[in-house]
Amino acid sequence: MSAYLRKNPSVLWFLAILALFVVAVTLMSPGTGSGMISTSFVKTLGKTLCLAMVALAMDLVWGYTGILSLGHMAFFAIGGYMIGMWLMYARTEEIVVKALSQSPIPPTPDEIFHGIGTQIFGVVGSSKMPLIWTFAGSLPAQLALVVIVPAVLAFVFGWLAFRSRVAGVYLSILTQAMTLALSLWLFQNDSGLRGNNGLSGLQNIPGLGGVSQDWLSIWFFWASAAALALAYILLAWVVSGKFGSVIRAIRDDEQRVRFLGYPVEGFKLFVFALTAVICGIAGALYYPQAGIINPAELAPIASIYLAVWVAIGGRGRLYGAVMGAVFVSLLSSWFTGGRAPDVPLGFGTIHWVDWWQVLLGLAFVLVTLFAPQGLGGLVDLVTGLRHPGRHGAPLGPDQGSLQEKEAQE
Amino acid sequence: MLRLFLAVLAALLLATGGLRAEPVGQILDTNRALIQKSSRLTIGPVIDALATSGDDRAEAVLQAWGDKHLGIRKSDGAFVLITRKGGDYVLTAPDGKAAGTAKRSDIDALRPNAGVRRLIDGALVQFQLNAPKRATRAAALDIIDRHPEAGQLKPLEASIPGEFDPGLRSRKERMLRLLTIRFGDDGAARIKAIESFGADTGLDLRGALNPLLDTKRVVTRAGETPPGNVARQLIPGKGIGDAAAYDLLVKAGDAPARLTPVARKQALEANIEGGKVGGVPVPDLSDPEARDRAYSALEQAGKVPQAATAAEVAAAVAAHAYWDVYAEPSKEVTDAARAALSKIALKVDGMEAFDLLLEALSLASIYFLAAIGLALTFGVMGVINMAHGEFIMMGAYTGYVVQQWIPNYTVSLLVALPLAFAVTFAAGVAMERLVVRHLYKRPLETLLATFGVSIALQQIAKNIFGTQARPLTSPAWLDGAWVLNDVVSISYIRIAIFVLGLVFLLLFLFVMNRTRLGLELRAVTQNPAMAASMGINPDRINMLAFGLGSGIAGIAGIALGLFAKVTSELGQDYIVQSFMTVVVGGVGNIFGTLAGAALIGTLQKGIEWLNPSNTLAAQTYMILFIILFIQVRPRGIIALKGRAAGD
Repeated sequence: MSAYLRKNPSVLWFLAILALFVVAVTLMSPGTGSGMISTSFVKTLGKTLCLAMVALAMDLVWGYTGILSLGHMAFFAIGGYMIGMWLMYARTEEIVVKALSQSPIPPTPDEIFHGIGTQIFGVVGSSKMPLIWTFAGSLPAQLALVVIVPAVLAFVFGWLAFRSRVAGVYLSILTQAMTLALSLWLFQNDSGLRGNNGLSGLQNIPGLGGVSQDWLSIWFFWASAAALALAYILLAWVVSGKFGSVIRAIRDDEQRVRFLGYPVEGFKLFVFALTAVICGIAGALYYPQAGIINPAELAPIASIYLAVWVAIGGRGRLYGAVMGAVFVSLLSSWFTGGRAPDVPLGFGTIHWVDWWQVLLGLAFVLVTLFAPQGLGGLVDLVTGLRHPGRHGAPLGPDQGSLQEKEAQE
Repeated sequence: MLRLFLAVLAALLLATGGLRAEPVGQILDTNRALIQKSSRLTIGPVIDALATSGDDRAEAVLQAWGDKHLGIRKSDGAFVLITRKGGDYVLTAPDGKAAGTAKRSDIDALRPNAGVRRLIDGALVQFQLNAPKRATRAAALDIIDRHPEAGQLKPLEASIPGEFDPGLRSRKERMLRLLTIRFGDDGAARIKAIESFGADTGLDLRGALNPLLDTKRVVTRAGETPPGNVARQLIPGKGIGDAAAYDLLVKAGDAPARLTPVARKQALEANIEGGKVGGVPVPDLSDPEARDRAYSALEQAGKVPQAATAAEVAAAVAAHAYWDVYAEPSKEVTDAARAALSKIALKVDGMEAFDLLLEALSLASIYFLAAIGLALTFGVMGVINMAHGEFIMMGAYTGYVVQQWIPNYTVSLLVALPLAFAVTFAAGVAMERLVVRHLYKRPLETLLATFGVSIALQQIAKNIFGTQARPLTSPAWLDGAWVLNDVVSISYIRIAIFVLGLVFLLLFLFVMNRTRLGLELRAVTQNPAMAASMGINPDRINMLAFGLGSGIAGIAGIALGLFAKVTSELGQDYIVQSFMTVVVGGVGNIFGTLAGAALIGTLQKGIEWLNPSNTLAAQTYMILFIILFIQVRPRGIIALKGRAAGD
């Protein structure tokens, strides 16, 4: 235990800050505290914690292992879809049963099932329950699928890609293609997941109709914080031992690790599938707070934003990913929410709703060019880590990732 | 000629014992009421009577009626043909004699509605087939084409010997054969007509043949055969579903209607007595079997109509046989029609395959155009440029802006092409100097940095041009399509894009293999240090290559903009496919890009053909295929070998 903490001094810091944050939000929320902040803002904070969890996963796969995946938001959305199916099914079942109980004779199971189908799939002109909804009535089954579906998809895709030694930018493009394929497939009406309508009404939790959103939002906030804490502890453990050394070595020189006798493909596959599962769980916590999920959520651009968060936060350090995700996504919702003051320039006015993306894009370019360490570089200034100036010879393919051993020398 | 024909026709009618030649005036008078309040449903016999009257004024009267030039004189109720002259009408009696003039207010002009006019036109066809004017005869043929009828067969046949215009004559002969197929009385003549076409792919022939094979469903008791020309027997479960089979029985009156769950529920709800339905307690009715029991009890008590439950349905379905029977009684004719249609289908399939190939080729050239710039930056220089799609968009918007200044579409296109190249060349060079140059050793970060540029450019385009699609109109000479026949056609824009793709392929090859720049570029690609020591400036070469790739993207943008609408997402829609094209084709080789574009284009069209309703699914399957393809050939179709392959 103490060895673990000695290797990961950031864990205690992280947990302390997170706990402080949770206590503060709890005291200010409308459900449990003074109501200084609104329910929707509690939801925004809860969602941000889920995004931070995805960023952690992204950091493991990109910052530590050197695989720039542009598909992890797809796993996130799959997790959301899996939990969304149960939420929507169970909620519709409640409504249908209530409606049918008005009639003089009790409904048959068949009538209930058909009623649910009509309610859910009426918008895409169908009333039949597709095969993939077989387990939608059971919460344990769908919770299992939240983990299983991303894991299996990541495993199959990763096995195919790593086995044929697809690496570097090729792998990035291939993961992007996978995401695009998945979102295009979900966009069709006969995909069985309501096409571009997506799943909606997810903020209503079945069986908890009497509980107000004030309370639900803080419950989900706590759950998100707990999940983030657990993910941080787990990933800190994963990257601190021998396993962590191997994956960092894969990032820095894959060929050499292979020649040393390590099964590189197995390591990469494990990391890819593990992070996919974390993303799936984060998605399952995120979408009940967002209330709606549709195929646009897994457009390739979402995964690229994920990479942007991690890059701005700082790669190769877990707290960097969390910092990036929290900082950029909160800033983004501040700017796009219309709360940022407009800037009059004389010849025109900068409306941040329109220009925020431009700013983000350019900021991203600048960070990549001039501060590859991202926000995490600020922490290095405090702790006194310095990158050795190696004129000429590069540090490795991923200059931006923190390479502690090298930096301490 | 006309008189001769009418005489023949009249004689024919007399011989068949129908009517005497009757003056049209008399027919009009006898059917006065019908004509005055004419409706499409009732006027048919009157028009037929006029057309077959044998009176040589019939045509003129029908023509006048159809043109709203037939009227009734208010003073005596006589029918008159009217011609406007100044404010008055010049009158002609139905028999052709002049009948003076009258004020417009004295005449009640008949205004037949569109349906009636169409019937009149149909009746006029037989006269027009022999009209002296070629245009009139052609118009009559058009009418037959649109509304073929049995009555047209004889007049058409009779008009052929007198037709001296070779074009019209062959058209008449073809139409006669078509009418014979549909309406002929003689089976042998019809078969001969069918066979005379061979594998003709005309839509009119298929229109004539398909109705011959219309079938209707017939039910008999098991073991019996239905009368008529049987097409096939349908076995329940195979060829016909059980539910459909039972519906046939219900329709034929051989079985009571099936008890639908909704009807059962309604019947049960209506018969609740003291908490029970037919002896079954209400709370038990959530079980379907209990509902059946309750319903049977009600049935026996006579409170609800007889209805078939599931078991009864199964028994009734098994006790009958189901057939498709042709409406056409003659088996020889249907056989000949089927044989002809299958021959035609084969030929049409062949042409559709050719058409598909053309479409695939055009899609491939679009992908090629979009990817050729990438092939230069990604393939040759190894730099990944996620903003490539935005350069395409930039080119398209340049074309749009030029069109706002120069109204002539042809001139604006000629101005826009080099301008788009210049704009995107400059943008590419700027990006290379400012961003990409610093990241040559960090490919993943190039990807991200150029992606940042792409986000910014896309949003800037949105801020300037708005989110709605902007039109990039093609010049008139690019409108329309090159039509080979009913099946094969391809629009000129697609041909233009194909040509543009070809031009760029040749240009690319020329630049790479025949110019100083190409030589230096290849040298820098293979070994930058060695190239630099030979006096080549790698920085300058990289900058030019990047600019060139971006410039081509700009021109591709104009081509794509002509083809689709210009939006800020135009480039984004193509970027993944473009990368796929380069990756599948093999990096570092223009022919690889060509092969990749051909493969992806053909594949996408092929999958769309298999599942035409769903282009989204087609793209999904295509991407899946590509992921699998990379397994087989990780370095693409045309892989570089040796030192040029790098790692």
